[in-house]
Amino acid sequence: MQTLRRTPLHDRHVALGARMVPFAGWEMPVQYEGVIPEHKSVRSDAGVFDVSHMGELEVEGPTARDLLQATLSNDVDKLEPGHAQYTLVTNESGGIVDDVILYRLDGHRYLIVANASNAAAVFEWLKQREMRGSDVRDVSDDYALLAVQGPRALERLGLERAKPFTWAMGEVGGVEVMVNRTGYTGEEGVELACMADEAGQLWDAVLSRGVVPCGLGARDTLRLEVCYPLHGNDIGPDWDAISSGLGWACALDTEFTGVERLRAIKAEGPTQKLVPFAMTEKAIPRQGMPVVGGGEVTSGTMSPMLEVGIGMAYVPSAAAKAGTELVIDVRGKERRGVVEKKPLYKKEQ
Amino acid sequence: MPASESYPDELLYHSEHDWARIDGDEAVLGVTWFAQDALGELVHYEAPDVGSTVSKDASYGEVESVKAVSDLISPLSGEVLEVNQKVVDAPETVNDDPYGDGWLIRIRMSTPGERDQLLSVGEYRKVLEDA
Repeated sequence: MQTLRRTPLHDRHVALGARMVPFAGWEMPVQYEGVIPEHKSVRSDAGVFDVSHMGELEVEGPTARDLLQATLSNDVDKLEPGHAQYTLVTNESGGIVDDVILYRLDGHRYLIVANASNAAAVFEWLKQREMRGSDVRDVSDDYALLAVQGPRALERLGLERAKPFTWAMGEVGGVEVMVNRTGYTGEEGVELACMADEAGQLWDAVLSRGVVPCGLGARDTLRLEVCYPLHGNDIGPDWDAISSGLGWACALDTEFTGVERLRAIKAEGPTQKLVPFAMTEKAIPRQGMPVVGGGEVTSGTMSPMLEVGIGMAYVPSAAAKAGTELVIDVRGKERRGVVEKKPLYKKEQ
Repeated sequence: MPASESYPDELLYHSEHDWARIDGDEAVLGVTWFAQDALGELVHYEAPDVGSTVSKDASYGEVESVKAVSDLISPLSGEVLEVNQKVVDAPETVNDDPYGDGWLIRIRMSTPGERDQLLSVGEYRKVLEDA
């Protein structure tokens, strides 16, 4: 029997009536009021997610840059202090060990925020490749992380607007926070990192400003509407980054694990591609459903904003163009959909 | 507005969280408050065809929330006379009113004696307590 880990906000979730579920070894809130109302709050106003289960690793030292350039797909040299970068930990075949956000804290110090389910694996991966003059530390237990997302998130927190993928120190409700201009919803917003023992105070301050508590259920539907891949569903060690549509996060002119394979796949063109799609018939696609004629659904749900079934699937490259019809085997019934462009959901202008 | 928890006395229940309201040789079927609460807001109802047959203890369709899919287990055998189109069009009707507007199908029973195998409200509540 494995004991589930709890974030510093566990008791607050329970007090709010959250439905708690096991997720990646953690006991996490999947919903409070309901996935759909929480989803719509983030699209129209502001919602807060406890994402303290995510892993934080610090990489420090004069060769920290060399270690990261050799293990991460994006170009570390493009990252200035105060900036952040979406990047991949790749394996020898160009598959994805994890997708992470890399923050440059100062000249020789970096922070990696990794998926909860992969945090230990990423730590081990980097630790094994540590160089003289670089130190990798798992600091996950030191920090809590709250994502505050939505068109009114900044206004409610009293924060100024800033460029996406930047960070700065700030203060919310008397708590010192690292304010990261990142997120997983497609909305404007921030991810706030604070010391774990101040998480309760920060959470209370955010809620007192009218931000709606949201669970992992809404986090999943929000990210899928804007086609952000989920590691373990849409991307993973067995799918190379090019086929997964993440070539834009791979600096193929740098040297990192698996880069030769990725260059070859890029040159030949991938045989399958990860595509977003929407159903044109009434049905909800789900992970693992076959695509008729080849391929498989990797994520699927009912879109709360579009009110149709949406998902992502690997399909043969010839069938990957937007506008191509695709047929999903929904528990034995064939239901039609169409390949779409990213994102599936776009705010009306 | 989601309904509050209730289990009407006049219904018969199946341990898979389905109910039946019997009227002569016909029965109206649906899912219990517990079932809709466990699933969350319903967003899809995969209904059987009118004229098809349903069998006791077998699946006759599916309901889905954003996160989950659940088979609908028939408490009785018979022929489907009517599908509740209101739930096909607005599945959340089941959350709002699981025993009223949120009914799922109406059948003509082929084996009326099966009713004796169903649970009373007291027996069903016992199932919930033991769950």
